[in-house]
Amino acid sequence: MEHIRMPKVENVRLLDRLSSRKAAVGTLYLTATHVIFVENGSETRKETWVLHSQISSIEKQATTATGCPLLIRCKNFQVIQLVIPQERDCHDVYISLIRLTRPVKYEELYCFSFNPKLDKEERERGWKLVDLNEEYKRMGIPNSYWQISDVNRDYGVCDSYPTEVYVPKSATAHIIVGSSKFRSRRRFPALSYYCKDNNASICRSSQPLSGFSARCLEDEQMLQAIRKANPGSDFIYVVDTRPKLNAMANRAAGKGYENEDNYSNIKFQFIGIENIHVMRNSLQKMLEVCEMKSPSMSDFLWGLENSGWLKHIKAIMDAGIFIAKAVAEEGVSVLVHCSDGWDRTAQVCSVASLFLDPHYRTMKGFMVLIEKDWVSFGHKFNHRYGNLDGDPKEISPVIDQFIECVWQLMEQFPCAFEFNERFLIHIQHHVYSCQFGNFLCNSQKERRELKIQERTYSLWAHLWKNRADYLNPLYRPDHSQTWGTLHPQMAPCNFLYKFWSGMYNRFEKGLHPRQSVIDYLMAVKEETQQLEEELAVLGERLANLQKLQLNGNKVKSKQQDRSKELVLSASNNSLANTPQEYSNDLKSFPSRSPSQGDEEDSALILTQDNLKSSDPDLSANSDQESGVEDLSCRSPSAGGCLPSEDSGKDSDEAVCLAV
Amino acid sequence: MEFSELIKTATVESVLLSCAGQPAVKGTLCITSHHLLLSSCPGGEGQPSAVELWLLIRNVDAVEKRLAGSSGTITLRCKDLKVLQLEIPGMEECLNIASSIEALSSVDSVMMMYPFFHRPQSLRLEEGWPRLPVEQHFQQIATQTTQWRLSDVNQDFAVCPTYPPAVIVPAAVSEETLRRAARFRQGGRFPVLSYYHTRNGTVMLRSGQPLTGPNRKRCPEDEMLLGSVLDEGERGFIIDTRSAQTAKQARMTGGGTEPKSSYPQWKRLHRPLERGRPLQESFIKLVEACNDASLGMDRWLGRLESCRWLSHVKAALSTACLAAQCLDREESCVLVHGAEGTDTTLLVTALAQVILDPGCRTLKGFQELLEREWIQAGHPFHLRCARSAYSHARLKQEAPLFLLFLDCVWQLSRQFPFSLEFSEGLLLTLFDNAYASDYGTFLCNNEKERCLCKVKESTHSLWAWLDQPEERKKYLNPLYSPNLLVIWPSVEPQSIQLWQGLFFRWIRSSQYLDEAWAEIWRLVEGSNTAVKESTENRLSHSLSDPAARMENER
Repeated sequence: MEHIRMPKVENVRLLDRLSSRKAAVGTLYLTATHVIFVENGSETRKETWVLHSQISSIEKQATTATGCPLLIRCKNFQVIQLVIPQERDCHDVYISLIRLTRPVKYEELYCFSFNPKLDKEERERGWKLVDLNEEYKRMGIPNSYWQISDVNRDYGVCDSYPTEVYVPKSATAHIIVGSSKFRSRRRFPALSYYCKDNNASICRSSQPLSGFSARCLEDEQMLQAIRKANPGSDFIYVVDTRPKLNAMANRAAGKGYENEDNYSNIKFQFIGIENIHVMRNSLQKMLEVCEMKSPSMSDFLWGLENSGWLKHIKAIMDAGIFIAKAVAEEGVSVLVHCSDGWDRTAQVCSVASLFLDPHYRTMKGFMVLIEKDWVSFGHKFNHRYGNLDGDPKEISPVIDQFIECVWQLMEQFPCAFEFNERFLIHIQHHVYSCQFGNFLCNSQKERRELKIQERTYSLWAHLWKNRADYLNPLYRPDHSQTWGTLHPQMAPCNFLYKFWSGMYNRFEKGLHPRQSVIDYLMAVKEETQQLEEELAVLGERLANLQKLQLNGNKVKSKQQDRSKELVLSASNNSLANTPQEYSNDLKSFPSRSPSQGDEEDSALILTQDNLKSSDPDLSANSDQESGVEDLSCRSPSAGGCLPSEDSGKDSDEAVCLAV
Repeated sequence: MEFSELIKTATVESVLLSCAGQPAVKGTLCITSHHLLLSSCPGGEGQPSAVELWLLIRNVDAVEKRLAGSSGTITLRCKDLKVLQLEIPGMEECLNIASSIEALSSVDSVMMMYPFFHRPQSLRLEEGWPRLPVEQHFQQIATQTTQWRLSDVNQDFAVCPTYPPAVIVPAAVSEETLRRAARFRQGGRFPVLSYYHTRNGTVMLRSGQPLTGPNRKRCPEDEMLLGSVLDEGERGFIIDTRSAQTAKQARMTGGGTEPKSSYPQWKRLHRPLERGRPLQESFIKLVEACNDASLGMDRWLGRLESCRWLSHVKAALSTACLAAQCLDREESCVLVHGAEGTDTTLLVTALAQVILDPGCRTLKGFQELLEREWIQAGHPFHLRCARSAYSHARLKQEAPLFLLFLDCVWQLSRQFPFSLEFSEGLLLTLFDNAYASDYGTFLCNNEKERCLCKVKESTHSLWAWLDQPEERKKYLNPLYSPNLLVIWPSVEPQSIQLWQGLFFRWIRSSQYLDEAWAEIWRLVEGSNTAVKESTENRLSHSLSDPAARMENER
């Protein structure tokens, strides 16, 4: 609390990013964990909560006549523009936020104060929801080819690896240790995914320290052991996910890539995914496009193209598809690495796994997948997502890209995933929120030292508890798409990926479809289920005529309510139903004498401003705009309790604020 | 002319048919006066043959032949954007087939076209043609206002050759005034009512451009006609679909705009929309880009941008929204015109109605809208849809305005997935039929021509075909739930997407998306059954249970 210079500022204006005319006046509060803006006046007293950990940048802009503007950009792609009347107040808020958004100790992070009022047992059960040993068992491991190794039991071999790693049975501790010495940061080849149908596997590691000519017998033996663990194939693929040029440059630093001549029976392959710095810049450029004010179609498409973002997404997908095909169709094992083997390697292994195994397309399976390929294998969450104040050059949207790949797949295979888009968006949110302990630190070792599991809660339990909000109504366990390997379609137009406005323009509600098919179908599904249950109940009670009366009427009144609500909600909406600003020149109808020529008239109209169709007029009530029906009318039971926009504001919030 | 003269070779054996995404099949190719058929014998000799291809030759947009040795390959590029390949043994046969298809597909005489020969068993001639669509529209309006009347000034198409015999005009304006006003508007297209906005009684009119010319001619009757629409002190908007500069330049060729001085109550807004050749070229470029197999993500967006198609979609939607906003929010009347008033004008007026009027969002209402605002209103379908995106022929008057309209409606359906009663399937079918059809609905350029060709007497209506119960179901949106509100779309670039269902239709498999669609149907129908059952159950209970009945009556 000592960092808050200014806990409360009144008469602050919250600008609508897309429409300067709409601004809300209210009070700004700074707490230990959140920035809160409470609107004045309106009955609802609409609140905007932003977690400090979500804030990526704060910009104090030049003071104007109306006050001092403060621009807050968030990691979940929210952009908040405030105008604070007094320059001095603005400065205090700015200085406070600068400090608050750059915590230096893990203990300052929100998850250590967040208290969802669960008892110890519930917390422990939450952490056990995802169990990696169970997951490897599900894959069929240990078996006669693969075993669990305790070589890294006290992080002695590799401090960014988990204690339990799965390796080929023929790889002795000597081979593992030897191989680890020949790999960047000692990240030796270990199992990521095993396909029990054909024994092919996906292993991962970092780059070899081959330089221009160095060799390592144990490393060569390690790769051979991986090959032997798949008796169906006489070679393995080694996939280097970097562009060839980058890999070659690494050789000068004593690192590099495998020489096909030194390893027996490997096929070496480059897949050019760019490094974290390129990706960070690419995202930056794309977000600039998202933030443009009333861009033309050309501005937008060119901007998007120049950002290169979707090209990078494609590169990751291509790598995933290559590996999935090698494993599923050729039955060949694959060793994947990049430089350190914790960014691109994590992306590519997890994308390939999604193609290969329907389990990862379920809600629980997806949690397991992130736990396995990202959390346990030492993806540096703290550095990449800037949870603690650190080197800005370490920050990069690595997992964001993976999450987008999943979304792109969901667009192409609408019935293949058990979860919906909201699930992905909320996971992305919590990678940055630090509300749960799952993604803290850079490795398992650090998390254990911090006793994360004893001091924080697990996101997975939280998501699982609310799983009804995250279900994809089109998913059916027995559907052809949910079965076995996903077969990507190979026509070129299938690789033209789409801009994900649901993520990057997440808070601009007016840009999105005004009616949610997913929510509607979920409601329909629920209602059907309910009616069927009621039918069953009625059937049972048919024999008992006395009790029947009560029940029958209940169903009836419910149905009447339903139609009534529909009419009601429609008429309510018409009040809030406003068009966007399609034109600016409607208001400025000039009342001039008719004698004037029309030259002036056209000049007035031709100004650039007027030609541009203006932006959507967004506001909090924009989702009540045209034609959005209240979903509760479809499902009487759902009661309209749609999952609220999760901006770190949980119902339990008040508790921790008091802490 | 006899069709047989054009057919040099009627049948060829062992022709290999291939098209993207499907296994190639071998069979016998047959050319008839209107169709290309390919039948195969999957079970070998003696088995009943299977028809693999049944292609309306009018659908062929371009024929390309490549000869190699003794055989040749013909590539047929169709107006619905499908691409087929035929491998034909024998060089001569190949050349003959190619030239026969070319000759048959370029028969330009309307009355030689297939709709005049098509006789489906389930339909009877002269049934299903919309009876007096304008009159019907007027009946609805007449229940709410007496300010408008039906005029038969154009009964014999003498006043305006591209208008239908009946038009809706201000009640206070005489036939003579209309005739004179018509002389002051391009193509005789004097201002007529396009849409009456029930909520506040404002109207949308459309017309051709005024013929002010370089000398700034005026026409008191035209001024009176427009003046009579507005009350004292009321303001109206003229949405000109050309830029102010183009509109001004049009004076040099006798056209122009309404000068402020002569029409003091009207404010002009210019919203330039692309039309004519540039629009056709945009369409051609986009189709080319979509079919480019070498295209990767690294160049796709730039390529998409350079086609300009999405910019046209955005502009059309924005302009229609502007018109709708003038009516609904500003509570002002609107006149829409460009130059001829048969292209972008209709695009805007039709689209604005879909946005404003829930009635136009039903399957029936949408058909009526198309009949009224495109077909009766004189959009020259025959000229505009003569060739599609593949044709090598020199462009004449082709322009995909109707496709642009369908694309905009698709964008609306994506942003408001519950508000349209029809599905994407209907939009695709309309696109196909506008370019090549078994039915007479989209034939000719206007009512006058249709009367001369006896289209209604000698062809079937597409609407009649679509209205058959088993056809109708294919075009329904399972998610539809009537929405009485105006649907204001977002026109930001983030909200406007490429219509993949159309532009990628033949180049990728839609298997997974179709499955999703089927699943949506299953869910919704499951729900309906459950509701029905539970209602029936309840009914039977209350009937059989006297106590329950009493409870209900209370």
